[in-house]
Amino acid sequence: MKPGLWNNRDFLAGLLFVVLGGLAVALARGYPIGSTMRMGPGYFPTVLGGILLLFGVYVLLRGVRSGDEVKGEWGYRPLALISLSIVMFGFLLDRVGMVPAIVATLFAAAAAGREFRFKEVLLLAVVLTAFSVAVFSYGLKLPYPLLGGY
Amino acid sequence: MEILNHLAFGFGVAFSLENLAYCFAGVALGTLIGVLPGVGPLVTIAMLFPITFHLPAVPAIIMLAGIFYGAQYGGSTTSILVNLPGETASAVTCIDGYQMARQGRAGPALATAALASFFAGCVGTLLIALAGPTLGEWALKFGSAEYTSLMLMALVASAVMTQGDAVKGLAMVVLGLLVGVVGVDVNSGMARYSFGVPELVDGIGFTVVAVGLFAVAEIVVNLETREPREVYAGKLTGLMPTARDLKDAAWPTVRGTAVGACFGVLPGAGPALSSFATYMLEKKIAKDPSRFGRGAIEGVAAPEAANNAAAQTAFIPMLTLGIPATATMALMLAALTLQGIATGPQVMLDKPDLFWGLIASMWIGNLMLVILNLPLVGVWVRLLTVPYRWLFPSIILFCSIGNYSVSNNPFDVYMVAVIGVLGYVLVKLECEPAPLLLGYVLGPLLEENLRRALLIARGDPTVFFTRPISLAFMIATLLILVVMIAPGARRSRQLK
Repeated sequence: MKPGLWNNRDFLAGLLFVVLGGLAVALARGYPIGSTMRMGPGYFPTVLGGILLLFGVYVLLRGVRSGDEVKGEWGYRPLALISLSIVMFGFLLDRVGMVPAIVATLFAAAAAGREFRFKEVLLLAVVLTAFSVAVFSYGLKLPYPLLGGY
Repeated sequence: MEILNHLAFGFGVAFSLENLAYCFAGVALGTLIGVLPGVGPLVTIAMLFPITFHLPAVPAIIMLAGIFYGAQYGGSTTSILVNLPGETASAVTCIDGYQMARQGRAGPALATAALASFFAGCVGTLLIALAGPTLGEWALKFGSAEYTSLMLMALVASAVMTQGDAVKGLAMVVLGLLVGVVGVDVNSGMARYSFGVPELVDGIGFTVVAVGLFAVAEIVVNLETREPREVYAGKLTGLMPTARDLKDAAWPTVRGTAVGACFGVLPGAGPALSSFATYMLEKKIAKDPSRFGRGAIEGVAAPEAANNAAAQTAFIPMLTLGIPATATMALMLAALTLQGIATGPQVMLDKPDLFWGLIASMWIGNLMLVILNLPLVGVWVRLLTVPYRWLFPSIILFCSIGNYSVSNNPFDVYMVAVIGVLGYVLVKLECEPAPLLLGYVLGPLLEENLRRALLIARGDPTVFFTRPISLAFMIATLLILVVMIAPGARRSRQLK
């Protein structure tokens, strides 16, 4: 494989479609296909997976021919930190309560930005925690403990 | 006049204290968040949807609609004062609006945008009231075959009409349909693509998909690119346009409304394309086209009217046929479904309070917008100076809380991160996420109708071509494909 392919926009898009389409078809083999008249649960996803695979092959080949590259850098750092902050919210809410979960999420998300000013984020955390508690706990009456697990 | 009775009934629903309050809350929240640079209506709705989830159906949809056109409207303020549109639909307004602001005419530009939007909003709402019942009655005759072809047409159109590549758009639709397959198959009770995870048996929640694809992916894209922001710093003096401004803006507003109303009902076209088309039209028929791009008031009035008219008429196919024309409408449709409302032509008969109440509330909401925006514009302007480094963590937080509150399950929050990563990769590879969302929302309906149509036809696929209405949709689908893949059409789309 040519090294340029890993930054080839359409090659990668096509590859993604091929993999997902292939996966869809492969997994759907476990579901009964049925007939055109009485479709089983496997019919629709198998057809879709096949179509996606074909589109993927077309896009992939077009990418190899045109060689257009992905614009800009991949933002690994913001992507990782933003994802982490979201996951942390779900993980912490059950275990330590809403307030710590909010603070942790805000800090992790803010770290994804180009500038991280501790005092600002702290202030943001205080304001948004108060706001969220007021709106979600008192306003909408969501039953999450503010501190401590279930 | 039957329609007057309906409207009177609708206003009765919308004027209840509760519904007025939710309409106002939606409009105010929508404007507030829509004004923030880099936050469009789609993200706003995706973020605020979980709040409305806890309300009864009618106030919920009234509030969501308010959020939608409020955000749409807030975006126009942003594009006039900051040379950075919050969403594609107001990108065109940037061209002349920002120039007007630089010439010290920000006030008249904002007022013109507000009045043009209000006019277009009223006309658009009237069109829904007029066209809705007729279209709905016609659609009641549709069987499964017609619905299947109609959905196929809507999906293909949305894929090829969005900016970017048509083939990738089609692939994204198919991917969306596959995401919609996840979960229990209603006919056989078999769990598909659930990987043994009990949460996946119920399918992937639509707030999860919407927030992941639009909010999360967009934030990451914004964070990796440093965008210089030019905020209009001058003072806002003299809000009211002169008599000459009003005269200059009057016909462009009417023309913009007409163009927007037509584009709004087309699947995939929506506000973005309509404001672009109407701007080109004004430039073509202007006596002195060179004024455009240098602060021509027509260049603000026409696109603003168009995108607002389109935003309203986009409700027509969503409400009467149950087929969303844009990603935003797909969110609205999904919201209705989650509220336990069977969408489609029967909505008008089963839930007249919802249909007519919503229409009446849009009228009221548009009026509220003008009142909210003209005197309070100073407040919104100050919001523009909020730095993005405060905004994005807050958006992430509210999206997380919101998604958790829909199901009370951390799994949904984890899935937001997963879909967010997928969404970011797709955006980087220049695959438009909107067709995916449309496919995802329509997927279960498409499969159900396809299966039923073929069952009734005893497995004979020609059923889609022998019934006249279905055949018409199929021919239209084919035409869209041919026209869009033709080289001329492609080139003109890339001009955008």
